[in-house]
Amino acid sequence: MKTKNTEKILITGNEACGEGAIRAGCKFYAGYPITPQNELTSYMSKRMDEVGGIFIQAESELAAISMVFGAAVTGARAITTSSSPGISLKQEGISYLAGCELPAVIVNIMRAGPGLGNISPAQSDYFQATRGGGHGDYRTIVLAPGSCQEMFDFTYASFNLADKYRNPVMILGDGILGQMMEPIQVAGYRPQAAGSKKPWALTGCKGRKPNVIRSLLLKEGALEEFNRKLEKKYSLINKNELRFEKYKTEDAKIVIVAYGTSSRIARACVNRLRNDKIKAGLFRPISLWPFPYKALKALDKGKTRFLTVEMSAGQMLEDVRLAVQCDKRVRFYGRTGGGVPREEDIIKEACLPAGRL
Amino acid sequence: MERIIFKKPDSMIDVVTHYCAGCGHGIVHRVVCEVIDELKVREKTIAVAPVGCAVIAYDYWNFDVTEAAHGRTPAVATGIKRVLPERIVFTYQGDGDLAAIGTAEIIHAANRGENITVVFVNNGVYGMTGGQMAPTTIVDQKTTTTKKGRTVKRDGYPLKISEMIAVLPGARFVERTSVHSPREILRTKKAIKKAFEIQIENGGFSMVEILSMCPTYWGMSPAEATKRIANEVVKTYPLGVLKG
Repeated sequence: MKTKNTEKILITGNEACGEGAIRAGCKFYAGYPITPQNELTSYMSKRMDEVGGIFIQAESELAAISMVFGAAVTGARAITTSSSPGISLKQEGISYLAGCELPAVIVNIMRAGPGLGNISPAQSDYFQATRGGGHGDYRTIVLAPGSCQEMFDFTYASFNLADKYRNPVMILGDGILGQMMEPIQVAGYRPQAAGSKKPWALTGCKGRKPNVIRSLLLKEGALEEFNRKLEKKYSLINKNELRFEKYKTEDAKIVIVAYGTSSRIARACVNRLRNDKIKAGLFRPISLWPFPYKALKALDKGKTRFLTVEMSAGQMLEDVRLAVQCDKRVRFYGRTGGGVPREEDIIKEACLPAGRL
Repeated sequence: MERIIFKKPDSMIDVVTHYCAGCGHGIVHRVVCEVIDELKVREKTIAVAPVGCAVIAYDYWNFDVTEAAHGRTPAVATGIKRVLPERIVFTYQGDGDLAAIGTAEIIHAANRGENITVVFVNNGVYGMTGGQMAPTTIVDQKTTTTKKGRTVKRDGYPLKISEMIAVLPGARFVERTSVHSPREILRTKKAIKKAFEIQIENGGFSMVEILSMCPTYWGMSPAEATKRIANEVVKTYPLGVLKG
């Protein structure tokens, strides 16, 4: 049955992300132009008008994230999107969101760096995304989609996560995911109401005591106490929100570890290796923070080899090493500066013996 | 029979502030709170506090308040007001917050004609960080980063940001006042009230710049500080309505 809410549409990853936000009841968007995510900003300018939401083209990424902060202060579901250099600027606001325990969604359609770099796809903001990114002891929940469908699904889900934990959530995509088109199913999704009740929100103090949103804690010991509370929240997230996908890992002797666009290429490599009777599998982290260390380690049968594939000089590699705890059996293959790994090169690396770093 | 002729506004919390002796912030806080009381909007007011000496203004105000990153105050207010257009949203900012690190945010909030009110306290110095030069520091003024006095050659000119904002079509009302004397305090109150009334009537962006004393980092007594505004500061920053 085809209704307004059950449909298959051909859409770019950028637009799928925007539609996921709209269907999650997001009513506030602020952003600043940057390639390769401009379609997303443009899409939101149209869709926010259609659903009676708010769209602001901000004067900078700093302003955009602060506008999202303001919207989040009122309890509204809010999102901002950008690409790597812009996300660096947003780190100020992300730290404040985390410090004020405000829910918001930030999308990074990564391009190559450092500096202005170029506009080609990359995965070189992994450290920044998964280690907090801004100043202070905090974490951001990071989800890495690998298709247009997941750009939609994960963005949709990210608002619930943000509300549930009162924490910023980052969608970490890349220029390929943002620009490519795929058919996606939006069947069954319903525009959600504003999410959970938010008694902490600033709405005017009628009928209650005034609310204050702050991250400044000057009293001796107060900030440490607060940061311990954050730690507890983060361990809860670590327990509840681990997401990953395993592909042909059951009997795998070589496990390729990759996320996002790289995982799609790696999946094809696994199929080709299997055709050649090589027992390869794919482990694909979906939540990059929290990182599924235990699930990855569980694939280690003692002699299992791991090949991390990234569009970076080796960032998730560090988490893979932390998980496997054996440097000899963890290899890395990556392309950087906008380069995309080729199947042939990954396969060649996968077939190399252990012990060569 | 008792007759109360002077009392604490309902919008103010009855506590001792952290402000130095002779500081103008306490006066401006009170004036803002009196206006909010008189307009009966306390329960629908949402304030955005700055980074600077007024960073913990929420400890003194009896209504909803959020912090903001340094200078992003008008961007945060924009987010709040767009979602809740019926609430009264104002920012309270110092000259470091508004005229230095937040220059882009204040200009663009004004240029978009955001229906918010900005209370801009200009004491020409960074107080919270220990008395450094601000963009608004007047020429020859001594600070911890202009030990021999601000020079145009090294430090540029005092920034007249209210004049800059007044030329923007999006700015509806811009006035510069002072709190160095009772008469000027009353004028400040009148200006702030007008700014809030404009917002209540959906009139657009309104801003009041208030020249204020910082005896601590001006290195003088509170009485001398009020005289300095009257005799010196107003020459660089003339009082009056700039727009509206």
